[in-house]
Amino acid sequence: MSDASKEWPLWEVFVRGKGGLSHRHVGSVHAADAKMAIEHARDTYTRRMEGVSLWVLPSAQITSSDPGDAAALFEPAEDKVYRHPTFYKIPDGITHI
Amino acid sequence: MYTTDLSGKVKGKAETAVAEDPALVAAFEARVANDEFIEPKDWMPEAYRKTLVRQMSQHAHSEIVGMLPEGNWITRAPNLRRKAILLAKVQDEAGHGLYLYSAAETLGTSRDEMTEALLSGKAKYSTIFNYPTLTWADIGAIGWLVDGAAIMNQVPLQRTSYGPYARAMVRICKEESFHQRQGYEIMMHLAAGTEAQRRMAQDALNRWWWPSLMMFGPPDDKSPNTEQSMRWRIKRDTNDELRQKFVDITVPQAEAIGLTVPDPALKWNEERGAYDFGEVDWEEFYAVVKGEGPVAKERMQARMKAWENGAWVRDAARVHAEKRAAAKLAAE
Repeated sequence: MSDASKEWPLWEVFVRGKGGLSHRHVGSVHAADAKMAIEHARDTYTRRMEGVSLWVLPSAQITSSDPGDAAALFEPAEDKVYRHPTFYKIPDGITHI
Repeated sequence: MYTTDLSGKVKGKAETAVAEDPALVAAFEARVANDEFIEPKDWMPEAYRKTLVRQMSQHAHSEIVGMLPEGNWITRAPNLRRKAILLAKVQDEAGHGLYLYSAAETLGTSRDEMTEALLSGKAKYSTIFNYPTLTWADIGAIGWLVDGAAIMNQVPLQRTSYGPYARAMVRICKEESFHQRQGYEIMMHLAAGTEAQRRMAQDALNRWWWPSLMMFGPPDDKSPNTEQSMRWRIKRDTNDELRQKFVDITVPQAEAIGLTVPDPALKWNEERGAYDFGEVDWEEFYAVVKGEGPVAKERMQARMKAWENGAWVRDAARVHAEKRAAAKLAAE
C-alpha cells in the first residue's frame, strides 16, 4: 500500500504571530511543493488568527547542532558572567546606569 | 480527543534491558525525573521511543477516526450556526491529528507507516468512535462528554517529557475547550426544549456516559504499563484518578441542566469528597478494543476508502511538483 519514497516531502512551518515579532517554529506539514505547503500550513496552524505570515522550508534542508556537542558549544558561556550587567557592583545612589 | 494506550503488548522493562549503555539510560532517566524535556535528536531508550510512537499515533488515529461520527451530522445540523460550528470542530479534529502525526514523525516513523498501521488494524484508536451517532443530541453528548474526557486526559500531557508531544498537546488543549462548550450548549438547549428534545438529550447521555468513562482506559490494576509510563512522564496521572476527576466534574454539569447520569450506584461520598460510581462494563470495553464495536467495520471502511480514493490525488500532485521542479531547473 505505501511506499516511503512516494510520501509528499515534509516541510517545517514558521508563523509570525503579529507584526513586529519574528517567525516561530510551530510544527510541520507534508506537501508536494512549497505552494501547497503554505496552504496546508495555513489550514493546520492558523485556524484561529495565530499569525499574519508563514514560512515553510523543506525539513531536509535544516542543519541542527548535535545534542552531543551541547556541552562544548554552550557551556563555555557559563563562566563568563561578566557579560551580564548584574556582575558589576554599583554603589547605592548611582542612578540611570 | 484522546486514546489511552490500548495494546498493552510492549513490555517496556524487558526492552530497556536490551544492550543499552547503562550510563546513557541512567542519564536519560535522571533528565526525565528532573522534568526536563527530551527532544528528537536526544538519546532515548528504544522502549521509550516505541511506547511514544504507539501512544502518539494511537492518539492521532483517534483524532482522524473521530471526525467520522461527527461528520455524519454536518449535512443535518439543525441550523446554519450549528453547521458552521460543527464544521469548525471537525476541521479541528483533523488539525489535531496532523499535529500529532508530525510530532510522532520526529521519532523516525513515517506518516505512511502510521497510516498503514491504522488501516491494517495493527494500530488502535479510541474505542469511543466505534459507537454510532444516532441523533443530533449525540453531537452534543460527544462534545460535552467525549471531548470533556479528552481534556481531562490531555491537560496533564502538556507537561509530558517528549518536547514535540508536549507542544502539540498545548495547541490541542487550547482548542478543545471550544469543543466541550459547544457540546454542552447543544445539550443545554435540548434539555430546556420540548419533551421530545429533552428525552433525546437524556437518551444521548445514557448511551455516551459509560463509553466516555471507558476512555480513561482499563482500571489501574489492569494497566501494566502505567508505572513505567508515569516514570517516563508520558503519562502523568493514573486511569482511575482521571476517571474519578471526570465523574466529579461532570455529574453537577448534568444536574444543572436537568439530566440524569445513568448510574444507579452514583452517590456523593462525603468522606472522600468525591462521587462513588458503578463498575464500568470492561467486557464491553475489551470487545470494542478488539474491533467489535457497533460501527468498527464501517469506520475502517471509511478510512480505507478515503485513503484509496485519494491515491491518485497524492500521486498527481507529487508528479506535478517533480515536473515543475525539473522544468525550473532546466530554465536556470
